[in-house]
Amino acid sequence: MPAPIRLRELIRTIRTARTQAEEREMIQKECAAIRSSFREEDNTYRCRNVAKLLYMHMLGYPAHFGQLECLKLIASQKFTDKRIGYLGAMLLLDERQDVHLLMTNCIKNDLNHSTQYVQGLALCTLGCMGSSEMCRDLAGEVEKLLKTSNSYLRKKAALCAVHVIRKVPELMEMFLPATKNLLSEKNHGVLHTSVVLLTEMCERSPDMLAHFRKLVPQLVRILKNLIMSGYSPEHDVSGISDPFLQVRILRLLRILGKGDDDSSEAMNDILAQVATNTETSKNVGNAILYETVLTIMDIKSESGLRVLAINILGRFLLNNDKNIRYVALTSLLKTVQTDHNAVQRHRSTIVDCLKDLDVSIKRRAMELSFALVNGNNIRGMMKELLYFLDSCDPEFKADCASGVFLAAEKYAPSKRWHIDTIMRVLTTAGSYVRDDSVPNLIQLITNSVEMHAYTVQRLYKALLDDISQQPLVQVASWCIGEYGDLLVSGQCEEEEPIQVTEDEVLDVLEGLLVSNLSTPVTRGYALTAIMKLSTRFTSVNRIKKVVSIYGSSIDVELQQRAVEYNALFKKYDHMRPALLERMPIMEKTASNGPTEIVQTNGEAEPSVVEAKHPPPVTQPTNQANDLLDLLGGNDVVPVIQTTVPTKPASAGGELLDLLGDLSLSGIPPMTAYNKNGLKIDFTFERANPNPNIAVITIHASNSTEADMTDFVFQAAVPKTFQLQLLSPSSNVVPTLNQGTVTQVIRVLNPQKQQLRMRIKLTYTHKGSAVQDLAEVNNFPPQSWQ
Amino acid sequence: MQFMLLFSRQGKLRLQKWYVPLSDKEKKKITRELVQTVLARKPKMCSFLEWRDLKIVYKRYASLYFCCAIEDQDNELITLEIIHRYVELLDKYFGSVCELDIIFNFEKAYFILDEFLLGGEAQETSKKNVLKAIEQADLEKDSYNQRFVAENVRLSIL
Repeated sequence: MPAPIRLRELIRTIRTARTQAEEREMIQKECAAIRSSFREEDNTYRCRNVAKLLYMHMLGYPAHFGQLECLKLIASQKFTDKRIGYLGAMLLLDERQDVHLLMTNCIKNDLNHSTQYVQGLALCTLGCMGSSEMCRDLAGEVEKLLKTSNSYLRKKAALCAVHVIRKVPELMEMFLPATKNLLSEKNHGVLHTSVVLLTEMCERSPDMLAHFRKLVPQLVRILKNLIMSGYSPEHDVSGISDPFLQVRILRLLRILGKGDDDSSEAMNDILAQVATNTETSKNVGNAILYETVLTIMDIKSESGLRVLAINILGRFLLNNDKNIRYVALTSLLKTVQTDHNAVQRHRSTIVDCLKDLDVSIKRRAMELSFALVNGNNIRGMMKELLYFLDSCDPEFKADCASGVFLAAEKYAPSKRWHIDTIMRVLTTAGSYVRDDSVPNLIQLITNSVEMHAYTVQRLYKALLDDISQQPLVQVASWCIGEYGDLLVSGQCEEEEPIQVTEDEVLDVLEGLLVSNLSTPVTRGYALTAIMKLSTRFTSVNRIKKVVSIYGSSIDVELQQRAVEYNALFKKYDHMRPALLERMPIMEKTASNGPTEIVQTNGEAEPSVVEAKHPPPVTQPTNQANDLLDLLGGNDVVPVIQTTVPTKPASAGGELLDLLGDLSLSGIPPMTAYNKNGLKIDFTFERANPNPNIAVITIHASNSTEADMTDFVFQAAVPKTFQLQLLSPSSNVVPTLNQGTVTQVIRVLNPQKQQLRMRIKLTYTHKGSAVQDLAEVNNFPPQSWQ
Repeated sequence: MQFMLLFSRQGKLRLQKWYVPLSDKEKKKITRELVQTVLARKPKMCSFLEWRDLKIVYKRYASLYFCCAIEDQDNELITLEIIHRYVELLDKYFGSVCELDIIFNFEKAYFILDEFLLGGEAQETSKKNVLKAIEQADLEKDSYNQRFVAENVRLSIL
């Protein structure tokens, strides 16, 4: 059998292959030759063959048949064999296979070999890929070598010990005695690896940490010597003495000083010294400064030192080197919570980083910018962030949009600004906003009552420009459905009102229905909006036509809606106005993230089938006139209209009756009105979860011998309150207290002012119409406090 | 450090050193993905990127990319220095090192790396000492061989 070809020869040959197939052929041929060579148990060429195998393995070809050969090489007496054998073991063997355990004995022998380079090989292999079983078996040998005077071996043993501890943490204790005088070594290699070992032990065990705190003075001294000593050619890197060791010591000091006053004080001076004296022109110096800053921020340093650290980071931000800027932004992000004011000083530099070309830097700058937004800088910051949103990569847009929403929610200086900001996000990054932003936004808009006209106008204009961004389209169609009447009436306080006809609005909405750009969800919104406009617009016939067309739509959801709306037109036309009335204020759960809307139908879908949802009405009672003028004869807008009861009178009424007698929240019930046989009692409960809303249930009872029919209850509150009246159980108050009419009032009292109410009652009694006004002032304090 | 990879601009692997236990399949997958990610970076971008839960530090020297995966608490800037130190060692050993040297002498590249780093951490911070150790170890091999040859000769005389 001819001698197997040399490694270099093989490499050269394989590189001449012009195609993948050719290469594969060569490799297969050589593998076959190597296999037969292995079978012949050829000692001379085993080393060469395994080396070739390792090359082929690096190219991506399977080489597991060489694993046992590596073990044979390790057991050989020749150093060259051992070298390749151990390399092969590190590349081909893996601790999941039992084969690797066969190495253990060889390693044990080699750890005690007469030649230090053989010992070194063993330590290196064990420290790189030793499994837990191997580590357990060999820890004793490693510990022995940790105490040797041979610095070449000692440094390797220290790192090997680190690996052992990582694999088998319980063995940490046995290395403790050997660490005693590790730091008194002069050899930098040993010092460096010792510091790594000490760091590992301190990170894993609080006891060790406490034990090693006493080393702080020694570490400080070593660091000081490194800085103060003159030029040492052996360890110099660009004028700095052994930066690797400096960085490791600083890291260990960080761990030792954290949470400990004395240690922190002991290292204060040296940290200040390093921070001020280190050369910053090259990466090396900055690496040390970076580690120093991290240490200063983590330990209990005095404020002057902390300011120094933040200023270093500030200088980093202005550095030409991208890497330095990146590192600065990362560190500032970590410290922004604790040293907020100091970081704020560098805000403008951070905002400039938003314009950087590098993706990682942009992302960091964005995160940091959001962290720095507060009530004072919101306007300026938002301008920058919105500009960033316009121009950034798609991967950022979703996060940026969410961040903008959150910040706007927390710090919006005015409702109009808030709505403008959200509009801006929707128009620029509309397709990237998260799904939950649509209901959140709708909820926000409903609550900004005075902005309805402005909002719907702006949204309408946005729709005219662009209907491709679904979240925007959905919010816009919902708003048009709700506030279309405001849109065509041309009343808008905030800006120039536009002239829009009903037909134009319907054109736009119908356009959404047919457009290819609209998703099924968007179409659903559009159809519902059109339907709602049937109570707000006069061109009902057109709407009826549209709705009936979609009764045969392929999309099941649209079809169902259209069919139900059709039914609404035909059979339940009397209910239509009630069902399609304005939405109430939606409660927001108090939280500081995307909030949950308590009202479940954020999309406003009263379906005919589900009759239990009462169509409530809100109109703000914040007119210029005070309460006392409101009900003076001319029924101005603020008076709340109750609607025709939609639920079957009996069921709802009885239920409410049952509850009406209980004082649900410990607030005592009260009699609000008692005249001419009509008595109206109020019972209270607090709305969960919003304590500012009081839920009052009125119970109207009739003690006369005749029914009171066409009974309507109306109420008005001062302008600091908001009122919502749900539909009554019935409009007949039966005679002789045989039953009660109940109705639920919800009062929003954010300023916790004393609750007052003016009520108006109209009914027909014994053939004549009766009307009465009354003031209710005797609310119990608990109902509004 | 969890691992170090050296690869060419065409994505060919020239050296792979793993300091964490992973199956061959996993290593291949990681290598493939990471190589793709790094090669896609534009020249002016910074040397750091976040990948899975690791920090990747990479630097290009001529036609070779040196890529290290470090953990959260490791210092990125000093890792750049470690990469640079390794390149200097290769340069001193091979005399003006180029990619071909590493291709044809990959086992030596590994030996040098193993004298500089152990278990992912630097074991020797002096360039001189690392090179001295390598030279001595190389001689070790030679002396073995010399002895072997000499003994052979003596025997043949007898």
